[in-house]
Parts: sequence; C-alpha cells; structure tokens
Amino acid sequence: MALEQMRPISRRYDVLEHEPPREWIDFFWRHGRTGAAGSEFDGDSDGMVQICVQAEQLCWGDAALYLRMPTPALGGSAVAAAGTPEQKARFLAGFRGDGPPVWGAMAITEPGAGSDAAAIQTTARLDGDHWVLNGTKIFCTSGESASQVEGGFVVVWATLDKSAGRGGIKSFVVPARTPGMKLVGLEKKLGIRASDTATLVFEECRIPKENLLGRAEVKKQDPKKAGDKGFKGAMATFDASRPIVAAMAVGVGSASLEFLIEELARQGVAIRYDAPRCDRSAIERDVTEMEAELQSARLLTWRAAWMMNKGRPNSLEASMAKAKAGLSVTRITQKAVELLGPPGYSQKLLVEKWMRDAKINDIYEGTQQINQLIVARRILDYSSSMLR
Amino acid sequence: MIDFQPSDEQRLIVETVRQFATSEIRPRARECSEARKLPDDVIARAHELGLVAGALPSANGGGGERSAITSALIAEELAWGDLAIALAILSPSLVALPVADFGTPEQQRAWLPRYTADRFVPGSLALVEPSFRFDVFHPATAARPDGDAWILDGEKCFVPWLAGDDSVLVIAAEKRVPQAFLVPRDAEGLEATPERNLGLDALPTVELRLRGVKVPASARLGGARGADVASLVNRGRVALAAAAVGVARAAFELALAYAKQRQAFGAPIATKQAIAFKLAEMAIEIDGARLLAWEAADRLDRGLPALREAALAQQQAQRVALEVADGAVQVFGGHGYIRDYLPEMHLRNARGFACFEALSLV
Repeated sequence: MALEQMRPISRRYDVLEHEPPREWIDFFWRHGRTGAAGSEFDGDSDGMVQICVQAEQLCWGDAALYLRMPTPALGGSAVAAAGTPEQKARFLAGFRGDGPPVWGAMAITEPGAGSDAAAIQTTARLDGDHWVLNGTKIFCTSGESASQVEGGFVVVWATLDKSAGRGGIKSFVVPARTPGMKLVGLEKKLGIRASDTATLVFEECRIPKENLLGRAEVKKQDPKKAGDKGFKGAMATFDASRPIVAAMAVGVGSASLEFLIEELARQGVAIRYDAPRCDRSAIERDVTEMEAELQSARLLTWRAAWMMNKGRPNSLEASMAKAKAGLSVTRITQKAVELLGPPGYSQKLLVEKWMRDAKINDIYEGTQQINQLIVARRILDYSSSMLR
Repeated sequence: MIDFQPSDEQRLIVETVRQFATSEIRPRARECSEARKLPDDVIARAHELGLVAGALPSANGGGGERSAITSALIAEELAWGDLAIALAILSPSLVALPVADFGTPEQQRAWLPRYTADRFVPGSLALVEPSFRFDVFHPATAARPDGDAWILDGEKCFVPWLAGDDSVLVIAAEKRVPQAFLVPRDAEGLEATPERNLGLDALPTVELRLRGVKVPASARLGGARGADVASLVNRGRVALAAAAVGVARAAFELALAYAKQRQAFGAPIATKQAIAFKLAEMAIEIDGARLLAWEAADRLDRGLPALREAALAQQQAQRVALEVADGAVQVFGGHGYIRDYLPEMHLRNARGFACFEALSLV
C-alpha cells in the first residue's frame, strides 16, 4: 500500500497542498480498512504494537497521506480513552459502515494555549439539554474533513470553569456540520502538506448533553485524584497517541535512511559493520549512527505500545518514545539531505520532503520539551508544581 | 511477535544479581579502584551464584541454560555495581564459552570442568591489539603451521590476567582467518607486561608479546574445524553493550539522587530544567541502548546473523555510557571531579567501551 499507492502520489499532493488526495482516500476507504488493518483504526488499544507497525509502514510511504486517511484518528483515541460504551458505539459507527469516507479529529490547541493545555480559553456552558461551546481552535489535524463531512466528529477541549485550571477542562464531541462550528482557515505548513490543518471557530455551538466525554463535575483541588475521566481521560489519549506519533516519525526516518543507504550503495559506497575504526569513512560513521538512533527510537516505541497492549501504565514510556523518535528522526532526515549533497536538497527526490515532514513529529502531540518534562517529573518523582 | 518481558527465571536472576551488586560489589568499588586490586572474597562469593557455570553445557557439569539475553541482563547488573569487578567475575566466560561453542570433545572435557568446580577460576582472552589500525576481524597477530604445531607471533593488549589461571586464549590469524589458541601462560616466547589504563583500575590486565610461541595442534580451539571467531566478537560486543548500559545506569542513578539532594538558590538543583532535562535525556538514552543490546542478544539466541545489530548496539551503548557518565560528573559539579565520589570513575570506565572488544562474552 505504502509503496504502490502512496509513494507515486507523494510529491503531487505535497505540491497541491490543500487539495484532497481523492484516489488515496477512496482507496483507503475501500481497501485499507479491511483485512489486517481492519479494526485497528478505531482507536481501540488492542493491537497497539500492530497499529504502530502499520503507522510506521504507512508513514514510510507518506506521513501526510497517512494523516489524511479517513479514520477517527485522535478524536477516536479520545473517545476510546474517555468515552462510555454507548459513546464509542455512537461516534465510531460511521467508520465501520458502508457509507462514504468520514474523519475524526481532536481540537486542543488555541492561539494562546499550546503545550499549556490548562490555559484553554474555549468555554462550555450547560443550557438545558445542550452544551454551548465558544472559542477558537487552531492546528486541528484533519479538522477540515472532520468538521465538514457528514458522519465525522471533532473532539473539542473546553473549560467549564476557567478558575479551576485543568480541573475545569473537559472534552466534547462535536459532530460534523453542527451549526456554530465554522472552518475559518487552513494552515500553510513546512511539511505534511497533504494533511489539512484547520482553524475552527465555535460560536454558540450547541451539542447534546450526552456528548461530553467523562463527567461534568469540576474538581478544583486535585483532578488526578477525582477519578474523573475528563481531563485525565483527555491526557490518557496521549498515552495511546504518542507511541503512534513516534512510530510515524520512525516511518519517515526509515524512508529517508533506507533511501540514503540504497543511493550510497548505488554510488559504490557500502556501509560496513566489520571495518576497523581507522578505515571507516565519515559517511559510514554517520550512517551507522543514524541506524542505531532509528532502531533505538523504534524499540522504545514498540515497548510503549507493548505496555499498552498489556494494560500497563505507559505514560513514561510513551513520552520517552515520542521524545526520542521526534528528535532523532528530525536529525536523521536533516542529515540525509546533507549526505546526499545537492540532489538531496532538490525536489527531484523526496528526501527534502521527508525532512520537512519529519519535523512535525518533534512538535505535535507534545513537543520535545514537554515530553522531556514529563519524563523528568516521572524519574524524579516530582509533581508539576515542583518541576514547572 | 514482540515481547519486552523477561521470563520469571530471568527476573529472579536479575533480582539476585542486583542484590549482590548492591550489597557486595558497589560498596567495594572505590576502595578496589584506589588499591588497584580485586576483592577476592567478593569474586569468590559471586562464583557461588554460578553466573558463568549456568550457561555451560550440562554434559560438562554446567547449568545448560545458555542465553545471550540472560547473560546481557547479568552483565548490566554486575557492571552497575562496578565494571572492573564485574569483568573479573565474568572473566571465566572468555574461555569457557568459546570452548563450549567450538571446542572438540577432548578440549571440552579438559577445559570446562574447571569452570564448574567449587573454586573460582578466571579466564583470559587475548584479542585486542595495541594499534590504531587494529582490526578485530583480521588481527595482525599471526599463527603459522610448523609441522603438527603452531607458531604465534604478535602483540595483544587489554588481556585480563587474574591470578589463579595458567592459560590464555589467544586470537591469531592464519593467513587472514582468525583462530583461537589455548596457550599456557608460561609458554616460551610469551611476555606479559602489566598495564595501567584510564579506567578499570582494579582489573589486572596485561599487554602480551608473543615471539615464536609454539603450541601443539591440540591447542587450536575446535581442532581441525577451528572456531568462528567472528561470532565471539559479536558475543563480546553484546556483553560490552550490556555492561555499558550498566555503567550508564549507575552514573545516571547517582546523578539523579544527587540532583534531588543538592541545594542551590534555595531548591534542589533537580527542580531546574537544565538539570532535569539532562536527567530525562539520560533515562531515555539508557533505555534505548538497552533495547538495542537485547535485540542483538535475541538474534544471537535465535541463531540469526547479528554482525550489524551487535555493532550498532555496542556503538550506541558506548556513546550513551560516555555521555551519561560525563553528564553525571557535570551534575555533581566540582564534586564530580573528586575521587571521593564515583562519577569520575564511571567516566573513565565508560570511555573504555570505545576501545574494548570481548572483555566478557554472552
């Protein structure tokens, strides 16, 4: 699939940017959902290692087209992590049926709140049987498709009480085409251009009361101990999504590194693992370093996914994998451009595209720094107030 | 398809060795380094755990539980206690495992029982050569036939030379192909000069000079079939990678504890992101390196080619060990430079992983 369906159109949709890759969407909807890939894309945590292996392989094909696939994506992970069985059935139904392609998305980031999710300004208030949302969300991956195509949904983070900090933050499922949810723009980006990154504005956007994920109570003291699936549930989404993002990064990195090694071999430069140190070229040294880094990131990713399969807490390992994969793949893809020389910089090859695509993995789903912060707090056994 | 869970038996072994490293090895690390002397009593007690004997064939009195992963787990725990003492405890593997893997039945009967006996018998492997151009797969030390015998010529270094043994396994090339020869320590033409290196203070090692050393045909490991020295190199790399992870983890844990205790500007320095992020990076890199070592070990256990994986694991682990040990010295600040504390020793030991080969085997 990656080789035959994605690679041939990789450059085209990078250049077309906001043009939906129709043939890919249709192909995935018809063939990609079935078979081994089947149930895995509904955000269920079963087969997490398999999800990661697939994410890696598909992102080896094209990371932007992977993000463009009609799946519940992060919205699905949020529903799976914090939703009731009824909610899971209701929101994920469209992804299993015979209808046209549908998308899910998650809207967290705001103009004034990125890594600091507790600073969210979007509000939710109860009005009779409905929640009413007001605010602006940016950087919403697949936000265009998820908000505009009937059957899809956007999971929106909003606060019930700004004075309660993170304790007041809940996630809400907004079905596509709900009045009051407006698509106001699409970002032009460094990479992953075939993936739509939307700005969504919510103006008196009304959704049924049953679309809240978790409970409505606001616990001001310690939301962690409240047993609430609201903020905690929303954060738990990351335990599932970070290994996937790490796997995506590894996919882009392996595309770049494999191409580099093949191209070097074609030019008569073999990578030797049995050569004495003094005979190894700088390129050989660079490449083996890149290989070790990539494999290290891959194994950390599989470990985090494997722990999730086993039902073990994996926040630490998920952040470790994400931090390692995001950074090492950013470096690997940049190094590949360098080592390939002028052709590496040219748009005749995909290597420059992979460098642009790779960088996002060190930013979204928690920047490098946020994941380091999470790891640091965990290994030091410090709370978020002790290590800020 | 993929599993990161050690078996119950492996967990029990790790627990036992960790306990031993904590109570017996770590408390002696500094004193042994300063005295440049091994703690014979500790090594004797470690021998009772049967860490090397357990991997030897049961037909020769061993435990019959050969697993590169188990050996890697053991190497990490022991090296966490102290690298020099760990390598001493594991030194029997340097001869016992090659003999178990490639020895003729006669060689196994003659050589293996000593490693499963009650008394600790160390092992000695001469592989590395004191040259910038050293090529582990094509050593410059040469073996040429002389009638039924072999004549060895060359130079070796980093050869463990613990008291209590009377032989050394020498790697020498017949034309371009390396083979292994069991050589008595008192052989004519063999000259051993004690070394002093940057690290590994407590481990006695020598530089070996072989000038026309003559050994009988029976000294050639594997007899006429010979031995696959390349596989020994891979096994040595996995063992060293695991040991490097142990050293890194030791340095990291010291830095972590120190950073939480050391106050500056009215708070523990660990509350500063400059320190906390360095510690986080150490933790991530150590886990990544460990997984690479396990992966290479797993390939050895499954009989798959492991040249690439072992090389990558060693390369990554030695880099991580050095960076983490250096980071630990940095976190300790001035105290890290002082020999009252352990980080400086970890830094000196960690640098060695870039130069060592096969100081232990899995």
